[in-house]
Formats: sequence, structure tokens, C-alpha cells
Amino acid sequence: MLGSSVPDHALIRARGLVKRFGEFTAVDGIDFELGRGEAFGFLGPNGAGKSSTMRMIGCVSPPTAGELTILGMDPVADGSAIRARLGVVPQEDTLDVELTVRENLLVYGRYFGLARSVIAERAARLLEFVQLSERATDQVEPLSGGLKRRLTIARSLINDPEILLLDEPTTGLDPQARHAVWDRLFRLKQQGVTLVLTTHYMDEAEQLCDRLVVMDAGKIAAEGSPRTLIERYSTPEVLELRFDPDEHEQAAEKLADVPAQRQEVLADRVLLYVTDGDAALATVRGLGLQPRTSLVRRSTLEDVFLRLTGRRLED
Amino acid sequence: MSSTREAVSVRELPLRVVPVAALTRPWRNLGGRNSLYLVQRHARAYRHMWLVLLSGLGEPVFYLFSLGVGLGQLVGTVTGPAGTQVSYAQFVAPALLATSSMTGAMYDSTFNVFFRLKYAKLYDAVLSTPLRSGDVALGEITWALIRGALYAVAFLAVVVAMELARSPWAALALPAAVLTGFAFAAVGMAATTYMRSWQDFEFVTLVSMPLFLFSTTFYPLTVYPRALQVVVECTPLYQSVVLMRGFVLGVVGPGLLWHAAYLAVMGAAGLLVAGRRVSRLLLK
Repeated sequence: MLGSSVPDHALIRARGLVKRFGEFTAVDGIDFELGRGEAFGFLGPNGAGKSSTMRMIGCVSPPTAGELTILGMDPVADGSAIRARLGVVPQEDTLDVELTVRENLLVYGRYFGLARSVIAERAARLLEFVQLSERATDQVEPLSGGLKRRLTIARSLINDPEILLLDEPTTGLDPQARHAVWDRLFRLKQQGVTLVLTTHYMDEAEQLCDRLVVMDAGKIAAEGSPRTLIERYSTPEVLELRFDPDEHEQAAEKLADVPAQRQEVLADRVLLYVTDGDAALATVRGLGLQPRTSLVRRSTLEDVFLRLTGRRLED
Repeated sequence: MSSTREAVSVRELPLRVVPVAALTRPWRNLGGRNSLYLVQRHARAYRHMWLVLLSGLGEPVFYLFSLGVGLGQLVGTVTGPAGTQVSYAQFVAPALLATSSMTGAMYDSTFNVFFRLKYAKLYDAVLSTPLRSGDVALGEITWALIRGALYAVAFLAVVVAMELARSPWAALALPAAVLTGFAFAAVGMAATTYMRSWQDFEFVTLVSMPLFLFSTTFYPLTVYPRALQVVVECTPLYQSVVLMRGFVLGVVGPGLLWHAAYLAVMGAAGLLVAGRRVSRLLLK
């Protein structure tokens, strides 16, 4: 499973990691490692076990079985010492609604035992970084989802963490707010901050992750960089065809004659995995099929996921 | 604080599933100085709502004037500790001091803890920092007892100004108020971790109201038949009332230590349970 790209000095190392809640197995024996400066992602649909894994890494959920080492320490015995060196952006905002924007940073910094002068300096810099300086004295509650997320990111950086954990950082945000968050995360990556993120958005994974694991039903289905995963599990191009609903099934049958590496029949369209999309489209037309719309595009992680699990990511 | 030896044994046992230390040494999760950061957080949050803090001050003062002074005109003198004859206001004032420490501590440790636990998700945020569940419990209880003690100080000032205190021992009513606040805050927070909804808080009233009324607040224990006396003697607020009355009226003896010990044990037990429950609820 683990390729040669695995770093020598792992910041986080998991072996056979398991998390059970009663009868339910959320994480079913996963292995992974990541090194300093990496941007590492867990990609998978809701319920794949991503958040459970993140909570174990964040030392707020004891593993049921297996081995987990973070910064060379045991999350159960040394949770407090590990958390001192982590930054956490949880899936649900946990901002302090009884405090102002700036106070959220000041108070959170104190939880880490940082000196007030250090916190004040960092708070100013971080509010600048997430472009919230003008809202410093505002209450938190009326802020939009995107601004709250940015404040949560600023808060997670107050202790100058060695690893930043982001659980679904842009879920629930509108496209503009998502891009603003991505932009900040990309800058952090450029600064060399180690990022660990979960997402069910393949574009997010492609944009931010150097390396990722595809998770499904508590297991790791594949591991690699976005590019190698696409190369390994998909074709360079994908031809997407939509037919009239009553012709959909017949067309799909006929398409079996088109030379494609793989064909996926979804509810609303047919995907043909090919090397040359335009050539394949010409073949389709040559068979006398008249798709209502056609699209030739490059393969994405969505295609990788479909190939690996037979399901779509965001269903 | 984990010693070097523990750190080594952890590495030797990478597959250990249950935190053994937590099972064999429960006091390890009692919370430490990191809990003060949560106290500081509350102090800052209350800057925005300091009026709320004042609300708890009025109640005991109103009781003192209406019952102690008003009703006291009709009652005359009452038999206090060790057979001393005291004015009714003098009899009621120490009990109201005990009560205000209790209710002051309960405001934060019940309703506010429930809100922070279930809705504000404050502890979820706090537990992703170096703070542990024990620190959360200790921090909340410390804040709650501080609030209780503040009310006690203010009320004691009223009592002294009205010349109802009869001895310099009255100064010890303050540590007694802190101890009372600790006991009720700890048990209040522990109980709150079992609450499922706001309706469950009826139980808080159901318990605190009779404690307030029947812990010899308004009349001596001797009015009850012996069987009922024993029941009252076993309840927590009674311990605090006896302590306060002893100090404020200057009737002090080693017997008071038992009442103090009762409250200390109650607080320690509550603290232990609260820390473990926060752990169980949030660190799944």
C-alpha cells in the first residue's frame, strides 16, 4: 500500500488503526505516514471514517486498536503535549460566541499557556492573514460561514502549530468563500506548514494535497499523489455523454462497441474512459448515436473514486 | 505530569487500548493549573455581561430584609447554637450567607455548563488544546465557586454593616463560603453532565428549593421531630448553615470540622465525577 514516496521521518504514523463505536467500525485498520511539510489528504464520501481518523490524530478520541504515533508520542498518554503542537480546524465551528473576533484568538492562545504579549502580536498578524482585521471587535455570531471558517483557521494557528488538521475545511461554504479559504491554506502550504485535511471534494483534494489516501467504508482504497492516482486508476481523458432519458439505456448498450478502457453508466450520463476523447466521440457519432450533450475532459479524482468504489464522492 | 518511566512503558506497549493510568489512578484527571485558563476565559466573557453577575446579589439581601428584619419584629429572639439567644435577623443572616454561596455556585455549574457543553461546544474547542477533561471540570468549578464567593463577600459586608455579626470569627465565614461553593458547584456540574434537556433542570430546583427552606434557614433544628432532625443533619446545605452560624455568631468548636469535611468530600467527589463524565461525553 505505502509507496516509496513515504518520508523517512514520519510526523504521524498509523499501523492497523481501528476505531469502533459499539458494534460500528468507523475506521477499519488503516496504515499511513506523513512527513514534515507535506499536505496530506483523506478523500472519501461522508461516513468513510475520515473524521474519526482526524479525531484520533487530534488526540480527542482514543484508538480502539492499532498503533498511532504523533510527533513521536502516544496520543492517549501524551495527548496534552501533542495537542500543544497541533492546530485544529474542526468540521463544525466551535468558535466562542460569548467573545469577540479578536478575543477568540486571545483566549484560545491562553489555553496553550502562551504569554499575553506573544498572543497579542500573533492575533494581530493572524487577523491580517485571514483578512478579518476590520472585524476584530465584532461579535462572532453574526459573521457569515466563510468568515467564521477563516477565523477558525486563524485560531488554529495561534500556537504556531507543527501540524494543522483541517476536517472538511470548506464544507457548507459558497464557492467564493471556498476559494478564499483555499487561498489561505495554499499560502500556509507555501510557508511549509504540514497540512492534514479531510474532504469529500475532489477539487479541494487536487488543489491542496501533495499526497492523499482514498477512504471508503473505514478502509484505505488507494494512496498516492493526485496525479499518480489518476494515472494509475483512470485514463487521460473522459468522454461524458448525456442522452434523452428514454434512449439512455439503449445508448449505453450500443456504446459497449466503442473502444474504451472502461465505461460507467450513471443515472444521468455515460462516462467513457479513453486516451483520446475527441476520437472516441467521433466513433460514437459513427455508430449513429446522437448524444444530447457531450463533454471531453481530463480525468479527476472523482473518476478515481468511482473506479475504486463504484460510487460517486458526493452522493 | 507523566514521568519518564511512563513515557517509556507507553512505547513498549504500542497496542494498549485502554489508558491504564486513567483507570488505576483517577486523580490523574483531577485537573491542574491549565484549568485557570478556562477561569480567565469566563472572566473575560463576563466583561460583556457584568450585569448578569449582579443579579445573584439581590436575592439574599431581599430575604434578609423581608424575613430577618421584617418578620424578625414579630419573632423576637431565637435559640442559636449552644443555647445562645440571638435576634431573628442574626439567626437568619448566616443561613442566607450559606444559601447565597450555594445558589451562586449553582448558576454557572448547572445552566451555563449545560449550555457550553451541548450548544456552545466550548469544551470541544478547549479539549483540542492542551487542556484535559479534568481541567475543564476544575476550571468550571473554580469559576462557579468564585462567583459564589463574590456573592458571599457582598452579603457578608451587608451583614457586618447591619451589625449582625457577633464575633471576629465571622471572617472565617468567607473560607466557609468558598468551601460551600466548591461542594455545590462540583456536584452541580457532575449532575449537569447527566442532563438530557433543559427540562431536566427542574430537578435542580426540586433539590435546591427544599434545601434552602428546610436546612434550619428560618428556624432551629429543634422544631422538627427527632427522625426528621436526622434527615436534615445529613443534607449538604445544613452543614454549611451550621458552619456559617458558628462563625458569624462566634460559637466555634472542633465539631465544625466535621461539617467542613462533609463539604470537602462532597466537592472532591463531584469534581472527580464531572471530569470523568466530560471525558466520556466528549472524548469518544
